[in-house]
Amino acid sequence: MKINMTHLRQLEAESIHIIREVAAEFENPVMLYSIGKDSSVMLHLALKAFYPAKPPFPLMHIDTTWKFREMIEFRDRMAREHGFDLIIHTNEEGVRQGVGPFSHGSALYTDIMKTEGLKQALNKYKFDAAFGGARRDEEKSRAKERIFSFRTATHRWDPKSQRPELWNIYNARVKPGESIRAFPISNWTELDIWQYIYLEEIPIVPLYLSKVRPVVERDGALILVDDDRIPLEPDEKPMMKSVRFRTLGCYPLTGAVESTAETLPEVIQEMLLARTSERQGRVIDYDQAGSMEKKKQEGYF
Amino acid sequence: MSHQSDLIASDILAYLKSQEEKGLLRFITCGSVDDGKSTLIGRLLWDSKLIFEDQLASLEVDSKRVGTQGEDIDYALLLDGLQAEREQGITIDVAYRFFSTDKRKFIVADTPGHEQYTRNMVTGASTAGVAVILIDARKGVLTQTRRHSYLASLVGISNVVVAINKMDLVDYSSDRYEEIRAEYEAFAEQLEFESITCIPLSALKGDNVIAHSEQTPWYQGQTLMAYLENVNVTDNAMGQPFRMPVQWGVRPDLDFRGFAGTIASGSVRPGDEVVVPGSGQKSRVKRIVTMDGDLEEAVAGQAVNLTLEDEIDVSRGDILADPLARPAHADQFEARLVWMHEDALLPGRSYLLKSGATVVPAQVSALKHRVNVNTLEHQAAKTLELNEIGVCNLALGKSISFDPYRENRGTGNFVLIDRLTNATVGAGMIDFALRRATNIHWQALDVDKRSRAGLKNQKPGVLWFTGLSGAGKSTIANLVEKKLLSLGKHTYLLDGDNVRHGLNRDLGFTDADRVENIRRVAETARLFVDAGMIVLVSFISPFKSERRMAREMLEEGEFLEIHVNTSLDVCEQRDPKGLYKKARSGQLLNFTGVDSVYEAPENPELVVDAGKVSAEDIAEQIVREVLGDDAVWNVPDGTER
Repeated sequence: MKINMTHLRQLEAESIHIIREVAAEFENPVMLYSIGKDSSVMLHLALKAFYPAKPPFPLMHIDTTWKFREMIEFRDRMAREHGFDLIIHTNEEGVRQGVGPFSHGSALYTDIMKTEGLKQALNKYKFDAAFGGARRDEEKSRAKERIFSFRTATHRWDPKSQRPELWNIYNARVKPGESIRAFPISNWTELDIWQYIYLEEIPIVPLYLSKVRPVVERDGALILVDDDRIPLEPDEKPMMKSVRFRTLGCYPLTGAVESTAETLPEVIQEMLLARTSERQGRVIDYDQAGSMEKKKQEGYF
Repeated sequence: MSHQSDLIASDILAYLKSQEEKGLLRFITCGSVDDGKSTLIGRLLWDSKLIFEDQLASLEVDSKRVGTQGEDIDYALLLDGLQAEREQGITIDVAYRFFSTDKRKFIVADTPGHEQYTRNMVTGASTAGVAVILIDARKGVLTQTRRHSYLASLVGISNVVVAINKMDLVDYSSDRYEEIRAEYEAFAEQLEFESITCIPLSALKGDNVIAHSEQTPWYQGQTLMAYLENVNVTDNAMGQPFRMPVQWGVRPDLDFRGFAGTIASGSVRPGDEVVVPGSGQKSRVKRIVTMDGDLEEAVAGQAVNLTLEDEIDVSRGDILADPLARPAHADQFEARLVWMHEDALLPGRSYLLKSGATVVPAQVSALKHRVNVNTLEHQAAKTLELNEIGVCNLALGKSISFDPYRENRGTGNFVLIDRLTNATVGAGMIDFALRRATNIHWQALDVDKRSRAGLKNQKPGVLWFTGLSGAGKSTIANLVEKKLLSLGKHTYLLDGDNVRHGLNRDLGFTDADRVENIRRVAETARLFVDAGMIVLVSFISPFKSERRMAREMLEEGEFLEIHVNTSLDVCEQRDPKGLYKKARSGQLLNFTGVDSVYEAPENPELVVDAGKVSAEDIAEQIVREVLGDDAVWNVPDGTER
């Protein structure tokens, strides 16, 4: 029998290898679960890595309180179905101060509710390794990111202390307080992710598929009216458009694309025929020049 | 070629089906910016339609603004960022680029920078199946071409493409192409490549990148893209005997015990016999378990979970192997080592070695020679600096299972990690196990340490005095020895100065020599302890790693570290041998505390300050701590043997 290791099977095996290494080498790892398609793939790979046992680490979601409602429903359903330990952390200080994307602007809001929230949770539970679903093809600054990204005791990414990674050997040594972010799907592209979701029938949040939804236009982006916290002009009425989302985050910061792709193959078809890179739907990238790099140094993924 | 299949628009389901058989190729591109490397990668991304509209818009703007191609698109700008980051002092070793065609997905390791070239290229090449070596047709085979080729062969890449670029600037001359090809092939004979493919191209104009060029009618071979899509990366790993380093024991309940890992080479089926080379225990594979159902066979590259017929000892770090073709299992081997850190290799220093899923202490026991990457000459060396490559012997704290790298890329590699900073400092490729390690076994002796010590009515061990020159180590150690002698204890004192007159007469004061100095002293102390003695060691011993090495040579509780923590000011004031004066005036180099670092112990058993307390009182305190009623080494009369 000739076994053909297709590109998806090779990527899958590499990711499983990385996930097992982290579980074996660290005392207290956690998987950051953002509910998006990349997280869904990462979770699926974690289930495969330890089957028939459950993954030996909890999942953690940093809830900014501004996620799409369908994401939260999906998260809770997945937790129920797979029975994994789910930690939900919210920056309560930020909530008390009423920090939101409309009132405080996307940069400050993201910093407080997302970056700070994540640091709080990592400190609280003393995790020494955190899995993230980032990919190297997402953005130019990520092309050089390591699989094991070393973070100081204050969660900063120090470009000088990153370690060379050869073969499939990962240096997992950290001192107390220090940690790593591990990126098991670094070498996957957006197309790989979609093809794998299709092939493996991995459940995803329905927002990825087109449907007629109420949206308003803000700074050229189509924003979903997901609840009544979105400020509308006095005589403004949401438009009903057939839209879907290429990435999912906080609804006020995530632009929709007009589309009629109601099935996964149609989404892939649209992606292959249309040519706009994925992060364009993310308002966060545009706020400051070189913003990804800066956010990473500050502790964001 | 790229994702241009008509099926995408007409029948997406059929298209997706056709994509399920797609393969994966990882390759590395070698060359400097001047060779047109960025332009080549940019063009491959471009032509495989992985440039999106928004990127295209910014590319067009940038090309006009800062591009070097006039009104044309400057593909090199697609890979921007690297130059700017280098100026900011950010170290980038490898950037990974992705593109795919209907046949294959590609992962390109792109290694920028000249200075760090060896480290970067070895890192990028470690996972690559093909190396694309760029040559500027005007310049021909250069020193750097030889260097790139040597490094590619060092990490075991067997297929190289020699991309003879900028053919447009030599009028697409077939003579020039043939000339370069002949020169390269003659040079490459000494390397271990399986195939060399020369392609004349112009990355800028697109000649022979995707489509055959009309400018080179004399060239009948493949285009670069056709080569990359079709090259058979003869998977060496498939043909090798079965090896699976165990990463993790899967134990969901008492009835299931699986061993998870990625198969490094060969294949396995239920019923196959496997062995754990360390213990020699054997069993048969019962099931190959995956979430998608049990497999009938699994091959190199697959991440699986094996259950065995018998309950044998298997844990993380073991390799499950074919019992008829076992890996070596030894604690010494020869390897080619690439040094990757600003702090040079110190032979004798204890590092951590990670190979597969095993981490063990290791030291370079002999550095045989350094390889000049430009000329391939062997040169004598005492140390390896950043980006240097050497052939050396390594001695490990514990035996591990491995294969020669040339036979098995998956089980013959390792990295070295600094024990204090945790930095990855070296990468190695194992050549072979050393005979003496495989064939010479420890003699089990009838008379042992316990019986020798028992006769002397004492518990053997080492009192290790560390501290600055002039701190009072030797004075205190002398007093302690006198007191122990008067209590009927059998002792021996190893003093820094005295040992340097004899055993270590050949050593100087460089960092490398200081490490070797301490290694010999620690070994000597260990022999005395084995003889049942209490050993007093009075050495500056400035480095934590070497004191830790000494501690690890002994059994738990046998090593007592005493930090004579007299302040530098007091030591310098005392200056009993006039050495500080010499050091300050520059007559004496590498003097600890002045121009050479002293790393204070973090957790010594005892800290004393001879600037504040008299040597006599300190000595009394030490004897009490060591031999007092509740002390660690107290032996109540005749009760312990």
